[in-house]
Amino acid sequence: MSGLQLVDITKRYGAVTAVDGISLEIEDGAFVCLLGPSGCGKTTLLRMIAGLEDPSAGDISLQGARINDMPAHKRNLGMVFQSLALFPHLTIGENIAYPLKIRGNSRADCEARVRDLLDMVQLPGIENRSTAQLSGGQRQRVAIARALAVSPQLFLLDEPLSALDAKLREAMQVELRQLQQRLGITTIVVTHDQREAMSMSDKIVVMSNGKVEQMAAPIEAYKKPASPFVADFLGQANLIRVQKAESGAALSGGRVPGLSLGPRNEALISIRPEDVVIKGGGEGPLPADVVFIREMGATVEVHLDAGADRIIALAPPKRDGGLKVGARVSIDLPADACVVFDSREAV
Amino acid sequence: MRRNPPQKPADYLPIAFPAAMLALFFVVPFGIMVAISVFKRVQGGFYEPAFTLDNYARFLTPFFGEVLMFSLALAAIVSVVCLLIGVPFTYLLTRIGRRYQVLWLITLLAVLSLSEVIIGFAWSTLLSRTAGLSNFLVFLSIMDKPEAWTPGFGAVMTGLVYQAFPYTVLVLYPAFSRLDPSLMEAARTLGSSPLRAFWNVVLPIMRKTLLATFIIVFIFALGAYLLPQILGRPQHWTLSVLVTDQAIYQSNMPFAAAMAVFLVLSSLFLVGLSILVSEKKGIGTP
Amino acid sequence: MKNPAAKLFFAVIGLFMMLPVIVIAGVALNAKKTLVFPPQGLSADWYLSVVTDPAWRSALLNSLMVAAAASAISVAIALPLSWFLWRRVAPWARAVQMIGFAPFILPPVITALGALSFWATTGFYGQPWTVIISHGIFFVSLPLVTITLGFATIDRDILEAGMTMGADDKTLLKTVIFPLIRPYVISGFAFAFVLSLNEYIVAYMTVGFTLETIPIKVFNALRYGYTPTMAAVSVVFILLAVLVFGLVARFGDLPKLMGAWSRGEGT
Repeated sequence: MSGLQLVDITKRYGAVTAVDGISLEIEDGAFVCLLGPSGCGKTTLLRMIAGLEDPSAGDISLQGARINDMPAHKRNLGMVFQSLALFPHLTIGENIAYPLKIRGNSRADCEARVRDLLDMVQLPGIENRSTAQLSGGQRQRVAIARALAVSPQLFLLDEPLSALDAKLREAMQVELRQLQQRLGITTIVVTHDQREAMSMSDKIVVMSNGKVEQMAAPIEAYKKPASPFVADFLGQANLIRVQKAESGAALSGGRVPGLSLGPRNEALISIRPEDVVIKGGGEGPLPADVVFIREMGATVEVHLDAGADRIIALAPPKRDGGLKVGARVSIDLPADACVVFDSREAV
Repeated sequence: MRRNPPQKPADYLPIAFPAAMLALFFVVPFGIMVAISVFKRVQGGFYEPAFTLDNYARFLTPFFGEVLMFSLALAAIVSVVCLLIGVPFTYLLTRIGRRYQVLWLITLLAVLSLSEVIIGFAWSTLLSRTAGLSNFLVFLSIMDKPEAWTPGFGAVMTGLVYQAFPYTVLVLYPAFSRLDPSLMEAARTLGSSPLRAFWNVVLPIMRKTLLATFIIVFIFALGAYLLPQILGRPQHWTLSVLVTDQAIYQSNMPFAAAMAVFLVLSSLFLVGLSILVSEKKGIGTP
Repeated sequence: MKNPAAKLFFAVIGLFMMLPVIVIAGVALNAKKTLVFPPQGLSADWYLSVVTDPAWRSALLNSLMVAAAASAISVAIALPLSWFLWRRVAPWARAVQMIGFAPFILPPVITALGALSFWATTGFYGQPWTVIISHGIFFVSLPLVTITLGFATIDRDILEAGMTMGADDKTLLKTVIFPLIRPYVISGFAFAFVLSLNEYIVAYMTVGFTLETIPIKVFNALRYGYTPTMAAVSVVFILLAVLVFGLVARFGDLPKLMGAWSRGEGT
């Protein structure tokens, strides 16, 4: 058994269950993002993998060996903390050499390795600076270099880019991904930023209330969300209540022809705004009124009222002469773009 | 509201009363004491205005030298012992749940606020033959018969450490409770055992706090005026005891004042040193 | 804390802190007028004598009155001073603040001897009220620390918000600032009160021969003849300190008063 395995991991703090029976398998060399809103248990899960918290129940195994009782300092990890946790009393070089010295490497080996690592993160020659002399992005890279100094079995990052401004964050996402692909190291990143998760990882694990909602490749989770929560959390989604109707489904203001609800009489459907098609003229299975229009640059966001439902559509700008607020249109929800959930599944 | 300099005379009003009170009842008394330190003692317990350095000249006697050396050594040992126990204690204290921290803080504050008289009395009882710990050891058959452990150097040390320990912890507490816990966690994920990380991460980051605390506790211990009297023999008396003794029992105010001035100067020197040390820190305590 | 060694360490420290209290609490239970532990025969008489014996009762009342009046003076000095420091840019005012801290940082003997010199020179030596003023000065640093901390926690933006709604300086002081720092004023008063109750050397050098406070009376009893009442009164004082600090913790954030970040802040 290779890779990292979590079996039924649970963490309770008194009456609060932070992580609730999570089982996961992460293959060697994979880049996985734990994604969810704050308080969903993703950081607690990462800290248990790191050995900084003990699970209340369940097993953690690495390469087939159970590591529950192995203290953090024996797990051979690299971890980047949200605060970065660079040691303020050490220079950059000493920070990166810290794990090497602990393992008894010679001074010359340490120096050579520090040089290589700083080259790797594109900050050559800053060994002797102090941590206070670096910019946010530089500190970020130093923290990454330090975490990778001993070629760890697992590379863990807790909201690593949250302190950076938007542009730098995007650049670091690309860099981090390239670095990981080059080294082939198993990487787990905790983030609450769905764009970050989708753009970096091989797989995302969407979490909510201590449970895994879905584990899948990003595009798969986006196209085929496993629950209304995932649909809503990953990007934008229209969640609409529908009833079974003749040859399709009925919503308050019309129909979706050809959508099968399976055995259900009632259901909740999810459709992405970019899949909603707006047609001119009020004739069609689903007439709607344009109530609000937002120009987004590359696209136009159109808010529509169809019966009692508010539906948001994303359209290329001004394709048919431009829509106006108050216009009566017809919209089409393609059946193959709709994902159907049980109606009692809450968002 | 932005802070701005006072403009109208009325703006100075709030500080007038505090400044006047502190000037009249602290700065003036202090000045009088300095003046008395150069006055001449006359028989009958009084003194008359003069300018003499005789009171200071008495510092050069071997007796005074011995008391001074003893006071400094005692304060230094007490401070070191308090730090040796207090540093790991405070570190662990700031890592436990907030509710337990509150209970410990209440206990420490209660002990710290205790009168030296009460601490002295309690330890003299605790170390006495009739009511002391030795009775308990006899009960456990560890000792044959109860013994008196007071007065003695050990008793003085115990009392002073008891008094200064809560102070040490409370001085260390802010810096330790503001230490970012992820630094220790980072050290652990990088391969350090908790003990090793305490040694090569926590202590180095805290070294300036530790030095400043050593000095502050040193001054605190230097100020003990009753415990050496109650728990020690005359050879265990410190400078503070001597000041009290000269002022009250020997009625030699000028000499007492001269010693007090000396005590102030050495304390101020040390305070200045500790400020110098902690100003330069910038790490560990944000 | 999971580590058994750390638990043992805490237990030993706890025992060290509690031991004197346990022993004197026990001694005060002796049936006869002896100081032995464990007590021989049990009696609550010595505890009762703290209030029934006229001499101890008057010492207790003296102590309580001095402490209450002295801590009121401390607060009266510290409050306007810290307000001024917070409201105004006036670097020289730091010097006044340093003088406020000085008595607490310097060895107490110095303040005591200064007070003795001052009251003797001005001819008021021995007057009961002199100790109230000297204690008031001696303990200024405690409310000064807590109230300064209190002001530091006030977000200046909310005052600007108040100004945009039409409040002037005085109204802001009454309706916003004071309600916000009240807990810090109360804790400063409480700290000064408890320390004044227990203070010996300044009291001794100002009114040592004219007004007996509890610490002076305990010291005299220590010199001139033991009585279990002194143990009982010590226990009462310890409980009083625990009660006061317990109340401060109950109604305020004690770790924050002691310099920790407040909950959720900083990390």
